[in-house]
Amino acid sequence: MPTIYIDGQEIEVKQGENVLEACLNAGLDLPYFCWHPAMGSIGSCRQCALVQYQNPEDTRGRIVMGCMTQVTDGARFSLNAQNATEFREAVVESLMLNHPHDCPVCAEGGECHLQDMTVMVGHRDRRYTGKKNTHRNQYLGPLIQHEMNRCITCYRCERYYRDYAGGSDLGAQASRDHVYFGRHQEGVLESEFSGNLVEVCPTGVFTDKPFLKHYSRKWDLQSAPSICSGCGVGCNISPGERYGKLKRVHNRYNHEVNGYFLCDRGRFGSGYINSDQRLDYSGLKGAGLKSADATFAAVHQSQAIETAAGWLQGKKVLGIGSPRASLESNYLLRELVGRSNFSSGFSDAEAAVVRSIINIQKTTVATNPTIKQMESADAILILGEDITNTAPRVALALRQALRNKSFELAEQLGLPEWQDAAVRNLAQDQLSPMIIVSAMDSRLDDVASQLISLSPAAIADFACAVTASLQGQESDDKRVQQVANILSAAKRPLIISGSSMLSANIVDSAACLAEALQTHKQTAQEVMLSFCVPEANSMGLGLLVNEDKRPLKLSRLVKKIDTVDAVLILENDLERRLSQSELDLIFSGKTRVISMDLLENNTLARSDLVLPVASYAESQGTLVNAESRAQRHYPVFEPAAERLCSWQWLLQLAAVMEHKKLAGIAHFDQIVEACSKSQPIFADLTAVAPDHSFRDRGLKVPRQTHRYSGRTAINADVSVHEPPQPTDCETPLAYSMEGLNRDQPASLIPYVWSPGWNSNQSLQKFQAEVNGPLKGALKHSGAGQRLIKSTQQGLEYKLKVPHPRMQKGRWQLLPMHRVHGSEELSAYTDEIAELAAQAFVALGETVAEKLGVAEGEMVVVSTADQEISLQVKVLSRVAKNCVGFSVGFDKTRSLRVGDSVALRRDESWQPPQVIATDKGGGF
Amino acid sequence: MEKVLTRNIGPDQMPTDMTAYKANGGYVGLRKALSHMSPKDCLKVISDSNLRGRGGAGFPTGMKWSFVPTEDKCTPGHKYLVCNADEMEPGTFKDRLLMECDPHQLIEGMILSAYTIGADISYIFIRGEYVVAIQRLRDAIAECYAKGYLGDNILDSGYSLNMYVHPSAGRYICGEETALINALEGKRANPRAKPPFPQVSGLWGRPTIVNNVETLCNIPHIIDRGADWFKTLGRGEDSGSKLFGVSGKVKNPGCWELPMGTPIREILEDHAGGMRDGYQLKGLLPGGGSTDFLVPEHLDLAMDYNVIGAAGSRMGTGTMIVLDDRSCPVAMVLNLIRFFAQESCGFCTPCRDGLPWTRQVLEDIESGCAESEHLETLAYQIKYIGAIGNTHCALAPGAMEPLQSALKYFYDDFKQHISGGQCPYHSKEA
Repeated sequence: MPTIYIDGQEIEVKQGENVLEACLNAGLDLPYFCWHPAMGSIGSCRQCALVQYQNPEDTRGRIVMGCMTQVTDGARFSLNAQNATEFREAVVESLMLNHPHDCPVCAEGGECHLQDMTVMVGHRDRRYTGKKNTHRNQYLGPLIQHEMNRCITCYRCERYYRDYAGGSDLGAQASRDHVYFGRHQEGVLESEFSGNLVEVCPTGVFTDKPFLKHYSRKWDLQSAPSICSGCGVGCNISPGERYGKLKRVHNRYNHEVNGYFLCDRGRFGSGYINSDQRLDYSGLKGAGLKSADATFAAVHQSQAIETAAGWLQGKKVLGIGSPRASLESNYLLRELVGRSNFSSGFSDAEAAVVRSIINIQKTTVATNPTIKQMESADAILILGEDITNTAPRVALALRQALRNKSFELAEQLGLPEWQDAAVRNLAQDQLSPMIIVSAMDSRLDDVASQLISLSPAAIADFACAVTASLQGQESDDKRVQQVANILSAAKRPLIISGSSMLSANIVDSAACLAEALQTHKQTAQEVMLSFCVPEANSMGLGLLVNEDKRPLKLSRLVKKIDTVDAVLILENDLERRLSQSELDLIFSGKTRVISMDLLENNTLARSDLVLPVASYAESQGTLVNAESRAQRHYPVFEPAAERLCSWQWLLQLAAVMEHKKLAGIAHFDQIVEACSKSQPIFADLTAVAPDHSFRDRGLKVPRQTHRYSGRTAINADVSVHEPPQPTDCETPLAYSMEGLNRDQPASLIPYVWSPGWNSNQSLQKFQAEVNGPLKGALKHSGAGQRLIKSTQQGLEYKLKVPHPRMQKGRWQLLPMHRVHGSEELSAYTDEIAELAAQAFVALGETVAEKLGVAEGEMVVVSTADQEISLQVKVLSRVAKNCVGFSVGFDKTRSLRVGDSVALRRDESWQPPQVIATDKGGGF
Repeated sequence: MEKVLTRNIGPDQMPTDMTAYKANGGYVGLRKALSHMSPKDCLKVISDSNLRGRGGAGFPTGMKWSFVPTEDKCTPGHKYLVCNADEMEPGTFKDRLLMECDPHQLIEGMILSAYTIGADISYIFIRGEYVVAIQRLRDAIAECYAKGYLGDNILDSGYSLNMYVHPSAGRYICGEETALINALEGKRANPRAKPPFPQVSGLWGRPTIVNNVETLCNIPHIIDRGADWFKTLGRGEDSGSKLFGVSGKVKNPGCWELPMGTPIREILEDHAGGMRDGYQLKGLLPGGGSTDFLVPEHLDLAMDYNVIGAAGSRMGTGTMIVLDDRSCPVAMVLNLIRFFAQESCGFCTPCRDGLPWTRQVLEDIESGCAESEHLETLAYQIKYIGAIGNTHCALAPGAMEPLQSALKYFYDDFKQHISGGQCPYHSKEA
């Protein structure tokens, strides 16, 4: 390892890194703006200046930029030399020329990197007396607030949005001290990852718009380590609460999963937690006991429990689990009703795909990669997924993987990877190969080297053909040979597929291909195989029922419904899984239906007793992500009113029912322990995160910052008496300002802060090194626990892919997942609902032409038993005889994947008549 | 002295067409190189000639070219030659003359240069306002394609080259070679960080040479007549001849081809005719707006890169701007700083925000509402903005050059503005 000297101090550094990284890794405070750990260096802000000396005799030295200077053994630098400190102060003084004096009213205030750096360089009095430049702000949609006057022109936003996230509608405009970062005209930002601008911007140009509507300072937020429940990726998040409302969600760094970035669903999709649609016992919100007139009567918790216990005790009861509920809740429900009476709650098709994915992961010889590992892929094959919409954060990682080609070129020139602009200029538009085989448009099409549009059955066939080709069989399809060649030429090929087409065949064919590639490959290489799964805990639920020889399918449960007295539904809107006739069977009979959920839906409306549950932000639980990583989320604040965590409802029920197996379980940690013992696969569950007894230097980890203000006055409008802080005996966290937020296990970091570093950039004080794991992950347990460890024996796949036969004039209906709108809970968030807009049917150009419809017009979709009029979206590519529909939208909920449909223009539709508009008029 | 670069430029400044150009020895160098010389031979001649870049920095051309990877050291693909015709340095008007009046000389120089470095595509990146030059270059290039001097298999040599004229959208910073490359790629004209240098990773990430118009115009003559001949042209240590220009309150402002190393006094008095009646020489910027002032005591210095450099300035483009005793040096510097602040690309902080700050301080001084602290601020800014390495490219340090030297030579003028509360030159200006 090379050694460098900084102000005489000898520092061991990593070969190839830059001096700024070396300084930060050594714990030295060197200010910076334009550098970002995930995006490397461009040298624009000139803030990380230090003095470099030629040799020990050199006393003058010269100013260099830390971020642009590679470490060399024996190099000498000074952070504290007067010309270096003066220069850094001058940089901030110049940045302040046009920066407004609006910190008190700026949303970034208190967590502003610019504030931190200004204090750090010691700049106080500005000598400039001229006018400040001002800019016109833009409307950028419901998520991001724009305030250009605060801009210090660090170029991070543009580099993040365009270069990193692949967006095209935000960029630098104009020049000199009038550089403007915005869109070509006002409008909603197109990227699914726009929210990261909030954290990437070192000051308050891009701020969290929903947060501004009920704003609090960072130091006033109560936070807890949490896991996003938006999809199966399991990004780590840090939600913040005040006044009983979830205020905002920030990224929580996990170097193996989400790194520094979230998708917009994850960041902005938690607004439903504050929704007035949340169930409670006001009697109006659909919770409680249903009376004869079909309205719900408010009941007390104990009444509810007693009623439920009365319906369940000694009776034949079925339980329906949920892929969006925690592993612990699902486990409890299964134990409560008994293994044979428990259905996962997946639709039959989902259950089959998830089962396939789990069986593959248990046996595959390929590597099941973390997101971080996916970034190292040098060739990618996507089978059937629109990853940006089904596992958004993974898509962002794939965009980075495509840059490996450029890093290869850079290495030949001796250019380090962090020389971001230089590497990009060198490679221009050369990317690593990525082949997308899917039925229709995907949001990664813009960077794919090859697009192949096939129906789901044909996708599986194609993957099988590539497998055969790898095994030496020739194919008539030229594309098959091409794809086989690309994959076998790669050192770290990645095959990625998923559940969105609800086709176990696609998933199995992907596994076949990966096995063949790993087995038949001559040179040493690592084949990666990854899958996207439908929901936050699909894998946990799948694992729970995976060992059952004959798991109770949801369709079979429906058929059994008349034979039982009651059914207990855990956080599951069955309308999303079952047909109308199946639903009627469940709800029309004599069987009592008890539902637990948090937002109103039709399943609840037809239940007999509704128990309102806490959201992910008000409860703890373990979620297992697509790579089978179990991760725990903790309550940020206590559930209000009569709401309880679903595991608490279930424990109370068990207690009242004097359930034998669950007797003696009273606390969350006991559920975890029982669950971990129930199946070998869950053995490591107790190691996911420390239990409630964890103490850091004698204290629990505080959820509140040490500057948390107004605690005694928060409820003063109700009562001047200060209520005691809630006590938390279930988790290692406390509702308190007392304690240390430092050096604890990675799974217990509620927020990042360090002296002098109030912004999210303080993260580097928690990292073992720039872009490395968290210190807490090294010292204690890692960032979650992988549950599945593959036997690497491989599976015998017997693929017989049935091809549906389409009649003339009918199309196969295929799902199109949307970041905004497809996920159940986030869709209840106002901003997400606004972005989701209307449900649609997606047609190829020729079909649209044949029907005589254009984008935005309406088409009637007819299935065997219904007709729905949907807005038209015209696709740029689509497989033969296929049409898409937006998944999870109210209007399309009754549509089923694979349905054969007829289409016709909706003749009754008239374009809306515009009376007046304020759009498009300029100014 | 024998005219070399301007031998085809008559008093009417009409363009020289291919027939006239060839009649006066044109394309002889090209035929010679393509038939008898390998690219390596050409590179050796250019290196031996000690030709230095005429765009301002004076970097040895042969050395610059030698960094282009050749043969097995180069990955397969295009190589590029780019002519920097974005002449925007304040006070500079030499390249325009060369392009308008003798376009074929530039084209021949480019073909030879491209041949030497192995480029197969060449661009003339030209200032958008040079509409006459753009047209004349396009006409000349069309002639060349028609006669087989450009395109595939030039003069049956097996060497092929395409040439395009690309008018700039117009920014001073496009004269910086890597900003030029970005602009040519359709990107923002921000300079690139170096290394990697364009010779290795330039246009579209490929090996690229960017040379000034005047530099390229020298190439045919050096190839034709040899390195030794070229060296004899200079009067001092530098080789060749150079276009020198003078603007300001002199009797005969203009542009002349003179030997390298011609003393300033000779240029100023013999060619520019000395100061206008009633005006005294107060100082001069020897090589355009971004060079340090020289004062009358420097008049006998030779216009050679190192000589001018040793006097604390730069030869730059060799086109002087003369400051007389009746014009305000503060106003002149302010005018220049306004230009440079305006032309900053906005990439790095000291330039983008530092120059407007300097402008504001100078405005205060010039308008007579400054305190003596303003001079301290200026000194602080010069230290902060003026050093190469503090900024991303050379624009801002260049902008500081006239300011720092004005403070050195004309400090009293600055003081008088402050103590008198007004510009003392208002009454003197004619």
